[in-house]
Amino acid sequence: MTDRWFKIGLLVAPAFLITLVGGMAITLMWGASSSFQQAGWGFYTQLTWDPVHHVYGGGVFILGSVVTTLLALFLAIPIALAIGLFTGYYFTTGPIAVMSQWVLDLLASVPSVIFGFWGLMVMVPAVRHFEMLLGVAPYGVGLFSGAVVLATMMIPLTASLIRESVATVSLELKEGALALGATPLEVVRHIVWPISLPGIGSAIMLGFGRAIGETMAVTMVVGNANHLPTHLFDPTNTIASLIASEFGETSDPVVVAHLIHLGLILLVLSLAAGMLGRYIIRKQS
Amino acid sequence: MHSTMGTDAQLSRRVWQDRLFKLILVGVALGVVLLLTTIIGFVIKQGVSVINWSFFTQLPQPPGARYSGILNAILGTLMLTALASILSIPVGMWCGVAMAEHPLHPLVKWAQVSVDGIQSIPSILFGIMAYLWVVVPMGQFSAVAGAVALSMIMLPIVIRAVEEAVRRVPTTMREASLALGVSPFRTTIKVVIPCALNGILTGSLLGVSRISGETAPLLFTAFGSPFLVLSMFQPVQSMPILIYNYATSPYADWQQIGWGASLVLILFCFVLSVGTRWVFKR
Repeated sequence: MTDRWFKIGLLVAPAFLITLVGGMAITLMWGASSSFQQAGWGFYTQLTWDPVHHVYGGGVFILGSVVTTLLALFLAIPIALAIGLFTGYYFTTGPIAVMSQWVLDLLASVPSVIFGFWGLMVMVPAVRHFEMLLGVAPYGVGLFSGAVVLATMMIPLTASLIRESVATVSLELKEGALALGATPLEVVRHIVWPISLPGIGSAIMLGFGRAIGETMAVTMVVGNANHLPTHLFDPTNTIASLIASEFGETSDPVVVAHLIHLGLILLVLSLAAGMLGRYIIRKQS
Repeated sequence: MHSTMGTDAQLSRRVWQDRLFKLILVGVALGVVLLLTTIIGFVIKQGVSVINWSFFTQLPQPPGARYSGILNAILGTLMLTALASILSIPVGMWCGVAMAEHPLHPLVKWAQVSVDGIQSIPSILFGIMAYLWVVVPMGQFSAVAGAVALSMIMLPIVIRAVEEAVRRVPTTMREASLALGVSPFRTTIKVVIPCALNGILTGSLLGVSRISGETAPLLFTAFGSPFLVLSMFQPVQSMPILIYNYATSPYADWQQIGWGASLVLILFCFVLSVGTRWVFKR
């Protein structure tokens, strides 16, 4: 009898968890409902966010988030691949590999606000200098700075995931190919790459999911300008940084609803990427 | 020389390609790792100069004042993480054990999806949730609201760690206990959970290290405060919020204090996350 009640008692916890997640979804949708009613689908195409004239559109922030994150991925993927192959294939043991892994683990545990601080104090002046050389307006902050900080934060995570995936390729296959006369490059191209491709794909999806919801570091260097970037160095804004800078500042329920609406869109984007990434991992193992 | 490997010229081309690839790859990887190391180096260099005894024992001062400290932020972060742990560790343990013990139950399958889901939610949205659930009903920002937001971030980490640890308890241990006539209930309590204790502890500490640096969910929940607040029902300062405020302030000495706080926070997170992983691996 106790055992039956024990099982039921145990299962209360998963039931609670499911309720919690359902509650979160309902809370956000309820919070955003007046925004859905007022703005409708026009919210997605409206490119103006002007609280003074009560014009609220989400287009800029949705595009800003996606563009910043894609640019960061574009910068981070080649580097993360190089580091992942370096520590997962070429140097799996030895002091260099251990030191690199150590640095990556350390960086993965650094809070994002500190990356933002570093970005603001070290990277932004460097970017400003670079912009002067190029002859564009030297804001320093902007789309490019946001993407670079994001890429910096993504590299430790994605590189570690790629390394794990590369390291699982079986030794027999690699040694077999080497014994048949393949060069290490050919082993990478014809054996390691195809086998670890799903793992690399999921690392990229998880990186995307993490990066698109990244708030603090981006808020500090993206420029917080509520318009679409016209060029690579233009200040812009993302969903997460708009929420970070406006949510606590406003008491207008209309603005709050629009911000929650944007939060819901952010949730859908990162949930899709994160779940897809985890699905690939689970299917593989 | 007409083997399947091709002619001498082809062979040397393949060897060259291989060397070039390795050179580029190692160059990029080491170069970037070195660049990333300089970030840590920069924080240490900037931070060390302001850290002294009064840094830990004084309250923040106006710009220009000497002996400014971060005592309230340290205590605030300890308060927030402690309360978040109290909220999330029991639920997380309970849930993790249930999920490991009954992996095929439909509720557990949905709970698996829920855990994946929570882990993919951007942390700032937990801030919105805690704002709507706690700040709005209470009518003000508070440590409780911040802790609720942080506990939702910590929960899936604890659940995953506990689940994994319970799964890894050898079946023979469980069977030995059941064969001795011990009921499943007592087997779980007296055999399975003690065996999984290391994993449970590791998961909890990893969770704490993860939430202690979270900034976004605290912006409109715990909010921040220049005072030493020890009440759970008032806005409190925290390390990440202090770093954010000081980093974006125009005063050089405040920024310097921000670096000191960054160094302390990095050390705290690092000792917790890498340290626990190291200790429990042995």
